[in-house]
Amino acid sequence: MTSNLIPDLFHILKSHFGDAVIQSHLSTDLLNIEIQPESVKEILLFLKKHPDYDVNFLTLLGAVHYPEQENRNFAIVYHLHSWSKNIRFRIKAFLPETNPTIDSVVTIYPCANWMERETYDFYGIHFNDHPNLKRILNEDDMDYFPMRKEYALEDQSREDKDDRYFGRTQHNR
Amino acid sequence: MEFKTKYKEEIENLNGELATINFGPTHPATHGIFQNILQVNGEKIVSSEQTLGYIHRAFEKLAERRPYNQITPITDRLNYCSSPINNMGWHMTVEKLIQAEIPKKVDYMRIIIMELARIADHLICNSVVGVDTGALTGFTYLFQEREKIYELYEEVCGARLTTNIGRIGGFERDFSPEFHRKLKSFLIEFPKTFDQFDQLLSRNRIFMDRTKGVGPISAERAVDYGFVGPNLRAAGIDYDVRVMNPYASYQDFDFDIPVGVQGDTYDRFMVRQEEIRQSLRIIHQAYNNLPEGSYKADIPEFYLPPKEEVYHQMEALIYHFKIVMGETEVPVGEVYHAVEGGNGELGYYLISDGGRTPYRLQFRRPCFIYYQAYPEMITGQTLSDAVLTLSSLNVIAGELDA
Repeated sequence: MTSNLIPDLFHILKSHFGDAVIQSHLSTDLLNIEIQPESVKEILLFLKKHPDYDVNFLTLLGAVHYPEQENRNFAIVYHLHSWSKNIRFRIKAFLPETNPTIDSVVTIYPCANWMERETYDFYGIHFNDHPNLKRILNEDDMDYFPMRKEYALEDQSREDKDDRYFGRTQHNR
Repeated sequence: MEFKTKYKEEIENLNGELATINFGPTHPATHGIFQNILQVNGEKIVSSEQTLGYIHRAFEKLAERRPYNQITPITDRLNYCSSPINNMGWHMTVEKLIQAEIPKKVDYMRIIIMELARIADHLICNSVVGVDTGALTGFTYLFQEREKIYELYEEVCGARLTTNIGRIGGFERDFSPEFHRKLKSFLIEFPKTFDQFDQLLSRNRIFMDRTKGVGPISAERAVDYGFVGPNLRAAGIDYDVRVMNPYASYQDFDFDIPVGVQGDTYDRFMVRQEEIRQSLRIIHQAYNNLPEGSYKADIPEFYLPPKEEVYHQMEALIYHFKIVMGETEVPVGEVYHAVEGGNGELGYYLISDGGRTPYRLQFRRPCFIYYQAYPEMITGQTLSDAVLTLSSLNVIAGELDA
């Protein structure tokens, strides 16, 4: 049963939303469908209300940063799961670094609330119409988005750092 | 927002002044470091705001710089009450990416350890629910049993809390004779103590009055808020990753999924009690049918070779060097793997660009997602009920903050 539903999914979305659905490919385990970020709300709502798919659960929402892809710097990844049909798939929307903005899906899946806040916190993605878009794990006055690739983890061999308050000095390193 | 409307009238009829109470971040009743700023009218909670991130350790960022085998110790520190499940979930994620073939024996060994971890996780949660209602006795009994589970971990990997158990592809060694002896005695002795605990609380009039109707959530709201695991099943939905998407040969085993009706503290307690029994059933089946074979998969590029071979064989030396230097080649790919952790669906979303470290690793931490529902669950309830609701949700700070 599920074996037919998965390949059809792309064609059903394509025939219903046209150009808003861009492409699909099968990764190691799941089907990925790429969509235009503007229509994320309609597509997720359509899938949730669709009687054959009944996608009732948003498993995971997060972002991936691709600094070198032009105009496709951030992927917002929605892992969706239909419990009644037991199918899982991913919806991806790519955003440019100049304007990383996408509609919030809190009205469709309330559990997206904190996951969107976390994505904002770490990647600086702005979610339109989010009820409470502020930092969640980091402190409020932080002025950068730490999971972006330009913030590399510290090089352990650097020499210029003043660590004496942490017990490390130039003499004991 | 059905709960808010349900209690709205009650709240409006209270005429006292509102007081602000900091519930946490360091308060014994929070069982972890997280803060709730409560607005209370007398003893009734009017609103609450959560602050989290007190033990945020940037695991997802750290993982982007570590070779695959060095990420296992990070996963220990998510839900530290059942770290073997986190470790093995991560190992299975990598195995899915490299498409390794895992021997049946490894699956069964993993299931024994994972179900022991689930028992340990549920034991802590349920005995702490008892403590929060004022019944300290059961807690002391069960901690003795949890100690025995930790001794079993110790026999397998040498560590107790942050276990780093197993390897990508299996285990570092076979179960020792001492492990077999300890597991056998655990399987005989544990049910006796557990039954005593069960008799102490499950049908205890005082305990039932204290927990029934406390912090309830309906099935629809639970799904909306992303509930999984025992908390979802207490609300009446039988979603379990072990059955829905079986991993590590869970399809070979015969076990039941307990469900509750009300989704309140008592149902959550009872669902966990029954899950402990079902876990014991699974361990019995896995242990009695433990297949012959190897305790590790044949993936030399990920599994550290024995030291004697490193000295005498060239391939072993090469693999040893590559693994230790973190230069193992990983295929390009993207996988999501979910296991049923102590708190429900624990997922790993891994993107590999073929480099020595993951390009992106995201954890689906069940606590983080369902803890959002907490204000809705406690609005209109009393302060002491909020404590009970929090402990019965089994919110683990390490998993919440990652």
